[in-house]
Amino acid sequence: MAEKSATKEKIARQPMPEQAADVRRRNFEEVPTGYSKETAVLEARRCLQCKKPACMTGCPVGVDIPGFIKCIAEEDFKGAIQKIWEKNSLPAVCGRVCPQEVQCEGLCIVGKKGEPVAIGNLERFVADMARNSGEGELPSKAAATGKKVAVVGSGPSGLTVAGDLLLKGHSVTLFEAFHKTGGVLVYGIPEFRLPKDIVASEVETLEKIGLNIECNMVVGSIVSVEELFEEGYDAVFIGVGAGLPRFLNIPGEDLVGIYSANEYLTRANLMKGYLFPKYDTPIIRGKNVIVFGAGNVTMDSARTAMRLGADRVRVVYRRSREEMPARAAEIHHAEEEGIEFHLLTAPVRFLGNENGRLAQMEGLKMELGEPDDSGRRRPVPIEGSEFMLDCDLAVVAIGANANPLLTQSDQEITLNKWGYIEADPETGKTTKKGVWAGGDIVTGSATVILAMGAGRIAANSIHDYLTLGW
Amino acid sequence: MFKIVKREEMAQATVIMNEIEAPRIAAKARPGQFVIIKANETGERIPLTISDSDAEKGTITIIYMVVGKSTALFKTLLVGDAFQDVIGPLGKPTHIEKLGNVVCVGGGTGVAVLYPITRGFKDAGNNVTSIIGSRNKELLILEDKMKAASSEFHVCTDDGSYGHKGFVTEVLKDVLDNNKIDLVIAIGPVPMMKFVSKITETYNVKTLVSLNPIMIDGTGMCGCCRVSVGGKTKFACVDGPDFDGHQVDYDGLMNRLRAYQEDEKKAYEAHCQMVGTK
Repeated sequence: MAEKSATKEKIARQPMPEQAADVRRRNFEEVPTGYSKETAVLEARRCLQCKKPACMTGCPVGVDIPGFIKCIAEEDFKGAIQKIWEKNSLPAVCGRVCPQEVQCEGLCIVGKKGEPVAIGNLERFVADMARNSGEGELPSKAAATGKKVAVVGSGPSGLTVAGDLLLKGHSVTLFEAFHKTGGVLVYGIPEFRLPKDIVASEVETLEKIGLNIECNMVVGSIVSVEELFEEGYDAVFIGVGAGLPRFLNIPGEDLVGIYSANEYLTRANLMKGYLFPKYDTPIIRGKNVIVFGAGNVTMDSARTAMRLGADRVRVVYRRSREEMPARAAEIHHAEEEGIEFHLLTAPVRFLGNENGRLAQMEGLKMELGEPDDSGRRRPVPIEGSEFMLDCDLAVVAIGANANPLLTQSDQEITLNKWGYIEADPETGKTTKKGVWAGGDIVTGSATVILAMGAGRIAANSIHDYLTLGW
Repeated sequence: MFKIVKREEMAQATVIMNEIEAPRIAAKARPGQFVIIKANETGERIPLTISDSDAEKGTITIIYMVVGKSTALFKTLLVGDAFQDVIGPLGKPTHIEKLGNVVCVGGGTGVAVLYPITRGFKDAGNNVTSIIGSRNKELLILEDKMKAASSEFHVCTDDGSYGHKGFVTEVLKDVLDNNKIDLVIAIGPVPMMKFVSKITETYNVKTLVSLNPIMIDGTGMCGCCRVSVGGKTKFACVDGPDFDGHQVDYDGLMNRLRAYQEDEKKAYEAHCQMVGTK
């Protein structure tokens, strides 16, 4: 035993190979290139196979982490993907975009003394291997129950609910408002972080096991939740995501050259504006770009601007580095690519040129004062610290408010004071019988995996309802 | 796919009418609402107001002016061809009620949007006066339909080739001077809506305009269609497209409509060249 653990300690965490920063900052190809088989096996051997795996308690969908890692260590890659699929229908996505450092890897015992096992990288490896080899058998499906479920929204929560309920033998139809499935995975997260063919392939897997997909369906307009029941659906899950983008509400914000992050990223990702004019949707290519905010979406926007040919990209945030909500890895990637950070800085107004296009931003320096309601120290303006920054493109990435389109169309679904759906955290049940909700339309802007976790909870509850009753 | 079942060229082929198979949208569409249309895989999402819908036939009608690459691409689609994506009905329907005397003012392809609203107000029991205008006689669209949907009807052309010579605003003033008007609806080019609103403001007559800013998703997600109304940021796709004409920042709207002028020009020229060499 002593000998075995000694070997384990010797293996260092295997770094993820990446495109060099000065190369990748000008292309849209994926930044990390993925583990090789050898690297993955080596990394898998670092896992201690704990009796009570702490990592699993940090996974919102409860993946058997030691189980799939053991398979990798034994080079049983098929076994590994089957293990993951038991709990997670989107492993190639999660391996890339989950904040592992605060979930599974944050709790890894190996990480107490050294660096944690690279669980995310391993999950990604297994999923990519299954996809590329085409060997991954489909997950097995329970006998048909004859029950019909409508899932509204094809983002991470909707796809999870759909996947889970299909495997439990229910008939599932997924309604998507856009012309393509994937929700935030296709319109929001950029190609260089999550290639779109990977999302398409994960959705295809669900189609192979029987998922019906209807795009261009704005539930709430073209069909109401009530009408879905009339059409014979037994249960409805609402995962329509966050909606209306927040703006800074400062003078000049309607000038041409100021985007919400939603618009900027949708133009770039979903509409493939970076391939204009091959694709018809244009996108403004700024030379001097400012991005507001400090979350993952801010980093995505800043790095997209750099790839679209900017000379300078500056992130402007009114608090300090400690308060930045983005993943450390994302901030690090952005810095490597030459993104500058102007912290403790707040925008005051935008100024345009004679053509009505953005030309300058007036900013104000801040300092940290007493803690506010959120427990973070409140940024306070420093008097007389106004300054001007030249810019020809600005992206506002400071979050979103609830989209009222669906919720306004049904009075029985209770909303909270911010317009998000009230759903029981234990079950995902809304106040309307037969209707569940999860993801950003319940929590406000959060992460892919939290939305998937909510989807998992709702799927279990929907299954109970369809087999046992409300 | 959404098949075109009927197609007409209007205004010397600068304006195209398509009747499209879209039964679910047709069943729900109400006057004032719009759809977003995308021709093919690489296409742009273009918002177009629904000009007519037939729930029984399961079709909607759109009328668009060919102004750039996307609409030029739409124009190449003939009966039997299909749009890849049609999404809707989006936006709030026009609030139609019995008010008494209503004036409907339309310019250019705005008349296509105005038509179902005009009919709606007439059917609701209002006395409807319509004033439609265009640059010249050839460019006038839907004259017969508008006439049939109105109690009183006026046509204006900028060059005097048909009807009153001059702008719709001149006839509107005359109507406002001689009648007690309860509501004016103005739909057309932004400058027309701006000047109509300026006039009706002096007469203190409530005015509705229908805005058509650039959009992407059309469901309130992207904020592209934001417009300042009464000093507040509104999203035309979910808060509109109808707004109080006296509150809209038309200059801001026009500026945002010009956002991609250069790109659009390049794409259109490239498209024309490609089609030309085919």
